[in-house]
Amino acid sequence: MSVIYAFVAASLFGCGVYMVLSRNVVRLLLGLSLVATAVNLMIFQTGRIRSPQPPLIPRGASRLGESADPLPQALILTAIVIGFALTVMFAALALRSYRDRGTLVNAGAGPAEQLGDPFAGGTGDDG
Amino acid sequence: MMAETLVGATAAVASSGLALWPVAIPLGAAAITLLLRRRPALQRGVMEAAVLLMLTASVWLLAHVAPGRVAAMAFGGWGAPFGVTFVADRLGAALTVVTGLVALAVTIYARAEIRARRRRADFDPIFLAMLASVNGAFLTGDIFNLYVWFELMLVAAMGLVTIDRRPAQIDGAIRYAAMGMLGATFILIGIGLLYGATGTLDMASISAALAGRGPSVTLTAAAYLLFAGFALKAGLFPFFFWLPASYHTAPIAASAALAGLLTKVGLYACLRVFVVVFHGIGQPTVPGLSVLFAIVAAATMVLCVLAAIAQIDLRRLLAFHIICQVAYMMLGLALLSLLGIAAAIFYMWHSMLVQAGLFLGAGAVGRATGGYDLRRAGGLMRERPLTAALFATLALSLSGIPPLSGFWAKFLVIDAAFRGGAMWLGITALIVGLLTLYSMSKIWTDAFWRSPPRPGKLTRQVPPAMAGAVALLAACTLGIGLAIGPVSSFARAAAVQMLPPATAAQGAEQGTQQGTQPAAVERRRQPAAMQAAAVDGIPQSATAGRAP
Repeated sequence: MSVIYAFVAASLFGCGVYMVLSRNVVRLLLGLSLVATAVNLMIFQTGRIRSPQPPLIPRGASRLGESADPLPQALILTAIVIGFALTVMFAALALRSYRDRGTLVNAGAGPAEQLGDPFAGGTGDDG
Repeated sequence: MMAETLVGATAAVASSGLALWPVAIPLGAAAITLLLRRRPALQRGVMEAAVLLMLTASVWLLAHVAPGRVAAMAFGGWGAPFGVTFVADRLGAALTVVTGLVALAVTIYARAEIRARRRRADFDPIFLAMLASVNGAFLTGDIFNLYVWFELMLVAAMGLVTIDRRPAQIDGAIRYAAMGMLGATFILIGIGLLYGATGTLDMASISAALAGRGPSVTLTAAAYLLFAGFALKAGLFPFFFWLPASYHTAPIAASAALAGLLTKVGLYACLRVFVVVFHGIGQPTVPGLSVLFAIVAAATMVLCVLAAIAQIDLRRLLAFHIICQVAYMMLGLALLSLLGIAAAIFYMWHSMLVQAGLFLGAGAVGRATGGYDLRRAGGLMRERPLTAALFATLALSLSGIPPLSGFWAKFLVIDAAFRGGAMWLGITALIVGLLTLYSMSKIWTDAFWRSPPRPGKLTRQVPPAMAGAVALLAACTLGIGLAIGPVSSFARAAAVQMLPPATAAQGAEQGTQQGTQPAAVERRRQPAAMQAAAVDGIPQSATAGRAP
């Protein structure tokens, strides 16, 4: 079971890294999401896949028996929420950039690098 | 020993709320300002009041922890190995005070720069959320919580960079966001591996669990991944390209806040994680980190100062200097000695104030000359002598001229390097210091000294709010420079308090052998306070469920 998880996480990582290297902003975003998913799977693994029992101490007992580790699941939930916020923010930026420039491909120096570039004859006068 | 532990716990519990306020105040005010979007005057008032309150709370917290106490707070009553804790020691509390000072200066400056249109674009709530996340990162005792604050910081910073929705800002924010998300991923993998190895996320508990453990593949991978993530956030070589491609596109009030605060949080995380969690001093848990830190610091320093010299846009020039300054702190950390860490801590305080001040000063220059292009500026010394004097103070501080704080910061780092036997690092730092002075003198001759390139074009008035904000930070750097004795010994005390108990004694010995005055070793520190706090949180037997 663990080996399958490891393989899935590794292949997601590989695909994600390949897409992050693209110049297309949407592929970059999808790649970052894939990498984030791979990391989530990996964190899930750190809790060890052991028991399907919920981590509740039974009434009258004082020890927690064999159970699943709840902390990685809480971590993954938090990471998913944060990742969602960042992905939405990034998608909004990509959309805005597409409307400004008419392209999603980020080849060469963008407007940010041209602003005040000492070698392009650009000026820093914008505000 | 047991009695001492209990004393530590009661001291911590009695004051627990204090550690929360520097985060809770800006976070609450961010929500309030968001509701006041239709009333810009009131919104600004709430923002300014919140910044003042936050600074007061931070000063109070610092006054509380300065004698060596630790203000800890466990959320929901769940103590150290399970719950999320806030722990304010000297380092964290002092950094929140510096954050408060930078925030105050930016708030004053924003009165002149952030007008109705930017207020409507939610400058106030985003700025407050950024302050909350910076303070949260400085005060949290939980490594996953640290990651959460990093992400919140990234979202807020993107909001500040894109406040005008200009194409350059959107483009800069995309570069920033992509690199920031990738860095956060590295941090998250590192945290996951650490959790797998120790079964806890609390930094003090991880440190205790790793004490005496030999090198292993998991720990090495975790350490290097965490370093990659933090170095990316701090803008260190080879991950610094996003910073000069995005910071200069934001309005000056926003870029000053980013310049002063964000990269230093990355470095702070390096300090905490590699010194405390991985036992950097003494017997390191992970081999090879010191060499890597040294190479990264030296490469960042040299490359960024050379890149800064080539710039003609004042904001881009200063953006490269931010990274160059972070490299000096990294150098202090790379020495992995008590002196080096104390120097890095002192450098961090100095650098946060001076970097923000220089960006605000650049804004004043831009307002006076109508742009940030150094080739078109000139004549400010004659026409705007006050702005010139204030900018010169900060520029000289950055280049390390006595009696300003920058001289002492560089002196402490380079002194620690020579004492630690790292000759080549010390010499590199000296040469880079000289080049920094050259770069600053270039700004001075271009913008202030020479007569304007287009004669007859008069400079514009600098609003008092802008000059006042720069003056506040210039006064801070001068004040630290003059009160160097108490401030540097406080930095040293903060470094001693930060070390894990086992290594603190060694570090203090090492410090005394090297010929400086012995510092009292603080016995009452985080792990003791937090382990005791854990006792009433949850039955100890619950740990039996997971054997790491």
